[in-house]
Amino acid sequence: MLAFFVRRLLLLTPLLILISFGVVALVLLIPGDPARQLAGIDAPQAEVTAIREQYELDEPLLVQYGRWLGGAVRGDLGSSIFQDRPVVTELGDRLPVTLSLAVGALAVMLLIGVPAGILAGTRPGSLLDRLITVFTSLSLALPPFWVAMVLVVLFAVTWRVVPAIGYVRFTDSPVDWATHLYLPWFALGLGGSATLARQVRGSLVDVLEQDYIRTADAKGLPPRRIIGKHALKNAAIAPLTVLGIQFAYLLGGTVIIEQIFSLGGVGQYFFVALVNRDLPVIRGVVVVVALTFITLNLVVDVLYTYLNPKVRLG
Amino acid sequence: MTSIRETAAPPIEAIAPYEPGGVSVAPFRRFGQRFLANRSAFIALGFLVVLVAVAILAPWLTPEDPSRQHLTRINEGPSRDFWLGTDDLGRDILSRIVIGTRVSMRVALQVVLVATVAAVPLGLLAGYFGRWADAVLMRVMDALFTVPPLILALAVASLLGPSLNNAAFAIAVVFVPGFVRVIRAQVLAIREETFIEASRSIGTGPVRIIARHVLPNVASPLIVQVALGFGYALLAEAGLSFLGLGAQSPDTSWGLMLRGAYDFILEEPWPLIPPGVAIVIAVLVFNLVGDGLRDSLGRETVTLGLER
Repeated sequence: MLAFFVRRLLLLTPLLILISFGVVALVLLIPGDPARQLAGIDAPQAEVTAIREQYELDEPLLVQYGRWLGGAVRGDLGSSIFQDRPVVTELGDRLPVTLSLAVGALAVMLLIGVPAGILAGTRPGSLLDRLITVFTSLSLALPPFWVAMVLVVLFAVTWRVVPAIGYVRFTDSPVDWATHLYLPWFALGLGGSATLARQVRGSLVDVLEQDYIRTADAKGLPPRRIIGKHALKNAAIAPLTVLGIQFAYLLGGTVIIEQIFSLGGVGQYFFVALVNRDLPVIRGVVVVVALTFITLNLVVDVLYTYLNPKVRLG
Repeated sequence: MTSIRETAAPPIEAIAPYEPGGVSVAPFRRFGQRFLANRSAFIALGFLVVLVAVAILAPWLTPEDPSRQHLTRINEGPSRDFWLGTDDLGRDILSRIVIGTRVSMRVALQVVLVATVAAVPLGLLAGYFGRWADAVLMRVMDALFTVPPLILALAVASLLGPSLNNAAFAIAVVFVPGFVRVIRAQVLAIREETFIEASRSIGTGPVRIIARHVLPNVASPLIVQVALGFGYALLAEAGLSFLGLGAQSPDTSWGLMLRGAYDFILEEPWPLIPPGVAIVIAVLVFNLVGDGLRDSLGRETVTLGLER
C-alpha cells in the first residue's frame, strides 16, 4: 500500500511542475503592458513602475517562475497587489468558510443524490424512475447562482425563515452557522446531486444485471440485503471515482455562491481578485485549488483500491 | 511516413469497442430512427429549432427597442404593455430576453467552435503520431484538468479583460482537455484498424489517411461531446456575465440581466424569473438533444468531465 502511494506521488511530479508553470504563465494572458493593466488604467506612472519592479514583470518568464516557485515551496504565495496581506494568510483565514460551504454542499449532494439514484436504479423504467430523471435533468440545467437568488427571495425575504446573507463562525454559534448556510449548501449541492443520482442509477442498473445478483436472489436473500450488501458496494465504485472531481467543482461553484450570500470565504476573495486583476491572488487561489483537487483524487484512488480489490496495487 | 515497426506496436491504451462504418447509408438511418424514437430528444430538437430561429431573427422579433428606458415604469411585473415586465431601468424584459437569446447562442457556438478547432489537431497529433507529442500534450491536458472549470475560465477571462469574446475564449479553454481526450482515445482505437494499415501499406501519406479515414471516424464521439458542451457553455457564459466578466452593458445577455435583477432582489424579485427560466429552458434543450445524440450514435459512453 505504501509503495502504491509513493509511486502515485512520484507520478504527480511532472503534473505539479506543469501546473505551477501554468499558474505563473497566466501573466502572459494580460494584453498590453501587464504592469499598467495590473496597476489600473488611472494609476500614476510611479505606481506602475513599482508594480513592475515588485513583481519582476520585465524579467523573463523562467526567472519569474523560479522566484514564484521558490516562494511557493516555502509557503509564500506573495501578497495581494491592493491590500498588503500575504495570500497565504488570507487563504488560511478564509478556508474554514469555504470548507464549511463545500463540505455541507457535498453532504447535500450525497443526501439527495445517493437515495435518488438508488430509488431510480432499483426500479428502472418505473414512474418514480422517470420522475427522478426529470428532477436530475432539471437540476443540471439550473444555474446554481439563480437557484441561490430564488432561494433567498423565497426563504429569506418572503418567509423570513433563514437569514439572507452573512457568515457566522461555527465556534461562535453552531446554530447560527448552520442557519446561515442552509441555502448556500442547497444551491451549491443541487447540481452535483443530480450528476451523482444519474451515476448511482446507471451503475446500479448495470450491477443488478450481473450473475451474482441473480444467484443471491435465487438463494432467497431479501431484496434489501441484496442491494445493501451486494449491489451497492460494487455500484459505488463508478460514482466514487468522480466524487473527487465533483468536490473540486463544488469548490469552483463557491465563487459565485459566496458572492451572493456574502460569506467572505476563498471564493469571494478570488472574485475580488478577478475584478481587480490581482495576479498574485489569482495565481495563489488557482494553485491551491489545483492541489486540493490532486489530493482529493489521491484519496479517492486509495478508497477505490479498497472497494475494488481487482485494481489493488495495480 | 511512419515505419512499419511503429504500426505493428500493440496499442498501449485500453481500446474502446469500435464499429467500422460511417460511410454507408445504414448507420445514418439507424441513427435517425433511434433519435426519433427518443421522445424527449425529439421534442427538445423542436425547441432547439425555435431557439435558433429566435436567435437569428431576434432584431425583428422584439416587441420594442430592448434598450429603450421607461423610467417611470421600472421593476414592473408582467402587464399588457410589457408582457414580461420591466427591469431596473424600465426596459422591456421580453425584448431583452429575445436579444439575449442571440447573445447566448452566439457565445455557446463560439465556445464549441474555438474548442473544436483547437482540440482536433491536438487530439490527432497526440493520438496518431503518439510518442513524446502524446506524452507532453496529455500531461498538459491533465494539468488543465486539475483546475475546476469555472475557476479556470474565470481566471482566464479576468486576465484577458472583461468582454464577451474573452469570456467565450476562456470557456473554450476549459473545454479543450475534454475534447482532446475524446479525440485521442478514438484515434488510438482506429489507428490500429486493418483498413488503415492497408491504406498505409499501399503508400498513402499520413495527411490523407487522417483526412479520409481517421477524421470521419472521430466525428461521432466528437459530435456528442460538442452537443453536450453547448449546455455547459451557456451556463458558464451566464455565470461569467453575472460576475461581470462576460457581456458588458449596454449589450445584454441572460446572465447580465440576472446581475441587474440581483441588485434589486429585495425590492422587486420578478425580474429574476424570466432570464433564469430562459437559461434553464435553453440548457435543458441542449442537454436533451445531446443525450439523444449520444444514445442514438450508440456505442460511445462519453464522459464529459465537466458536467458541473
